[in-house]
Amino acid sequence: MVTARKATRVLSSLLLVTVAAACASAVPPSAAAAPASSPREAREKALQALNRLAFGPRPGDVDRVLEMGVAKWIDAQLYPETIADSLMAGRLRDLPTLAMSSDEIFNVYEKPVREARRQRKLRAGNAAMSEAAAGTEDLREREEIDRIPPEKRPRRVIEELSSARVLRAAYSERQLNEVLVDFWMNHFNVYAAKGLDRVFITSFERDVVRPRIWGRFEDLLLATAKAPAMLFYLDNAQSVSDPENRPPGRAAGRGRAAAGDTAPLDSPAPLRPKGGLNENYARELMELHTLGVDGGYTQKDVTELARVLTGWSIERDGGGTFVFRARVHDAGAKTVLDRTLPAGGGIEEGEEMIRRLACHPATARRIALQLAQRLVADAPPAALVDRVAKTFLATDGDLRHTVRALIESPEFFDRASYRAKVKSPFEYAVSAIRATGAETDGGIPLLRQIAQMGEPLYLCQPPTGYSDAASAWVNTGALVARLNFALALSANKLPGTSVDVAHLISPADAADPGRSLDALARVLIAGDLTPETRATIAKQLECRTAPADDPSANTQVPLISGLILGSPEFQKQ
Amino acid sequence: MLNRRILLKSGGLALVAGGFLPNVFVRMASGATPASRRVLVAIFQRGAVDGLNVVVPYAEKAYYDARPSIAIPRPGSGENAALDLDGFFGLHPSLSPVLPLFKDGSAAFVHAVGSPDATRSHFDAQDFMESGTPGVKSTTDGFLSRAVSGKKVTKPSPLRALAVSASLPRILSGSAGAVSMTNVADFGIRGGASAASASDSFEAMYADAVSGTLQGTARDSFEAVRILKSADASKISPQNGAEYPKGPFGNSLKQIAQLIKANVGMEVAFTDVGGWDTHAGEGGVNGQLSNRLRDYGQAIAAFTKDLGSRMADVTLVTMSEFGRTVRENGNRGTDHGHANVMLLAGGGVKGGKVYGKWPGLESGQLYENRDVAVTTDFRDVFAEILSRRLGVPDLGPVFPGYAIEEKKRLGIIAA
Repeated sequence: MVTARKATRVLSSLLLVTVAAACASAVPPSAAAAPASSPREAREKALQALNRLAFGPRPGDVDRVLEMGVAKWIDAQLYPETIADSLMAGRLRDLPTLAMSSDEIFNVYEKPVREARRQRKLRAGNAAMSEAAAGTEDLREREEIDRIPPEKRPRRVIEELSSARVLRAAYSERQLNEVLVDFWMNHFNVYAAKGLDRVFITSFERDVVRPRIWGRFEDLLLATAKAPAMLFYLDNAQSVSDPENRPPGRAAGRGRAAAGDTAPLDSPAPLRPKGGLNENYARELMELHTLGVDGGYTQKDVTELARVLTGWSIERDGGGTFVFRARVHDAGAKTVLDRTLPAGGGIEEGEEMIRRLACHPATARRIALQLAQRLVADAPPAALVDRVAKTFLATDGDLRHTVRALIESPEFFDRASYRAKVKSPFEYAVSAIRATGAETDGGIPLLRQIAQMGEPLYLCQPPTGYSDAASAWVNTGALVARLNFALALSANKLPGTSVDVAHLISPADAADPGRSLDALARVLIAGDLTPETRATIAKQLECRTAPADDPSANTQVPLISGLILGSPEFQKQ
Repeated sequence: MLNRRILLKSGGLALVAGGFLPNVFVRMASGATPASRRVLVAIFQRGAVDGLNVVVPYAEKAYYDARPSIAIPRPGSGENAALDLDGFFGLHPSLSPVLPLFKDGSAAFVHAVGSPDATRSHFDAQDFMESGTPGVKSTTDGFLSRAVSGKKVTKPSPLRALAVSASLPRILSGSAGAVSMTNVADFGIRGGASAASASDSFEAMYADAVSGTLQGTARDSFEAVRILKSADASKISPQNGAEYPKGPFGNSLKQIAQLIKANVGMEVAFTDVGGWDTHAGEGGVNGQLSNRLRDYGQAIAAFTKDLGSRMADVTLVTMSEFGRTVRENGNRGTDHGHANVMLLAGGGVKGGKVYGKWPGLESGQLYENRDVAVTTDFRDVFAEILSRRLGVPDLGPVFPGYAIEEKKRLGIIAA
């Protein structure tokens, strides 16, 4: 069976190549490949690529991409392993949790809290454990945490992971890879502050998502389905069959023990002494991860799929690994989306259903739509979505070919999508850091700014993930936060981040406010300020103009930079 | 404290009353308030407060049987006892500052209220209560945001929905464009000496340069900044001798009162207060819960005193994700339970009563043999407030999938 499977794989990958080749020749000469008709158009194409397939240009990036050729640059980005990125390791050196297993993270960052709690209970003179006192979400743990040094607090794990996300987005040469990590981590959103997810989240990104974003969608989907982070977040870890549907044998101690078995570590699972079916994951698997809310499934399908996935849980030794508990798996017959699964099935029926969902046409459309929303426009053209969905289906969900089909579509470089999409807070902050050539440690002050703009990393509560539409990001408080960030960054007032905008332009330009403005606009936003914005900033400079021969005039440079980074033009990509 | 002065302004008539104001006057005043001046102040007690020790069913023998070491003694049994509310329920003695509000008919409680979802996870239960869709995790916005969005207001203020919290809470996220701030005085463009001119420049470039979402939002943002600056709300000091307790919750309520008095166009204000997850050392008359309730009660009493007659426009409501176990555990505490208690005070509240069908605490009456059963859905309480006080025309989109029915109406808000 294994060999048969392998053979299919080889075959399908052969097919892939031919399909891709066919696709490439069928598509009208793509904008990326077509010779640019004017230097201005060529620059805009380079900018479009850098704004959408990277986190914005650094000083000099546009020229570098032009020199290399936009199409060639994109080709390289599609194969990130071919791009040298040796400096990243050094930047991530001080973030030890990135390399830790969930076991290690549990031992270093969870145990002290639990130990402190245990000690307090002993001090309280009563060894009796209250049932929920062992709960992982115990809000009371704050007082225990206060006594633990900051670098050993559970929160530290999310902070380091967030810092790493910022650092990689800002400095990695494999930019498209980082854009897509952001996309897929959001697609398979996990709220890291839910109990033990703060232990599981590091491994989720490193071991589950990152290694699979260039492979086939079904492999990525199946890996997330078995990830402790997802099993815990969407409660599948505690979803067990109704007792009458459990497999025969081993009757003794089934009820309570079985429910206890499904408890990841010492979670509050014993609070449901009987246990039962939990539909959360099954629902989101279809609604969010694959088919989409209008994907043609029913509530009955949700319940049936939840039954299929009973027993998919977390082994509670150490930091948690996937385990299939046959004893609490629903052994009855089920029907999901017209597929009838006979009684007596085990883990393989869940794997089969997940693979079926991954290749469903509704899934292809949904993934195509979401990718197009991220990389092209909030409301992408239907023809684009159709074309990308077709590639997804024709290549068996090959994500590299799917992304390539999107980028090579004429809509990607269409003028209508140039600077037409509002940046998310994360994109905004990172693009400003890149534009100014800032050096950041990605530490808490910067993370706090991103959170204040509305996108605390790894902390999106609903399983939908963050929206890709401007309407979700642009609101009163968030906009004020963006403008304050622009001013603080430019004025070098953000702890942990150092920037010297005066050095971005020549001393001669810096000495003159008008010339500073134009020079900075060229460096920071490729000269794409509207005449109105330019005039507004120029007017502000006039009001404050120091004598022309006063060398202190260049103290205005940070302010000009702040105004440019806060401008409506820089909010867009 | 009882000597508060209450000013009622109605059609040019100023009425000064000493001592307690009869309930009927408060209601008269609230009836005269246009819906546009009305404010809902929602408070989330995060961590699941033990409602059974807040509003104590002292007439239930089962209550004392289940809580040998943490029960609040019956009223009349000495100084450290429950404060009688209605012959059946009594108030935790640490909440004595709130008792006058109940007695004068401006405050009421709802007992055995909560979310129908069975979860005992803080995370899920808070999530469900804020999204307003128990059991449905994929709801992206909060129900108070949907309520505000659904209101028909001719010229809505950019500060119509506001949270005093570090980040925008789930309950207010969504299309209402709610703003969150921890310190009202700080909100605006910060940039040292050039802050004011930078702010002007930003305003000008957003007004000129773009259309659509960014432009509209920018207009709101700068208007919000301007309103807050000109109102200078943080300089408005507490009135009527109100003294807020020191600490984050008192500070939050103080700022909300300042914003209400500054008339910045706020329709919904939200804040939260933690420290209720009393698994161990909860205590009875004294202990962790008692300390938390003292701060909480003092802050709410100070808030109502500070606002004085303006409370006729303001409806305050508190909520918590679930209640706690009826039986105390081995650590003089309680664990995660089900139904809980809510406090309502101010404009429109038909006070002096504990609302809700009491399910009882005898063994056969408990939810899953351990918790107070939910007899009132929290959405029904909010439905009354939102429709009768805030004039939300359609509750369908506010609580999707939930039928608001006349027969479930508690009648806690005057029509």
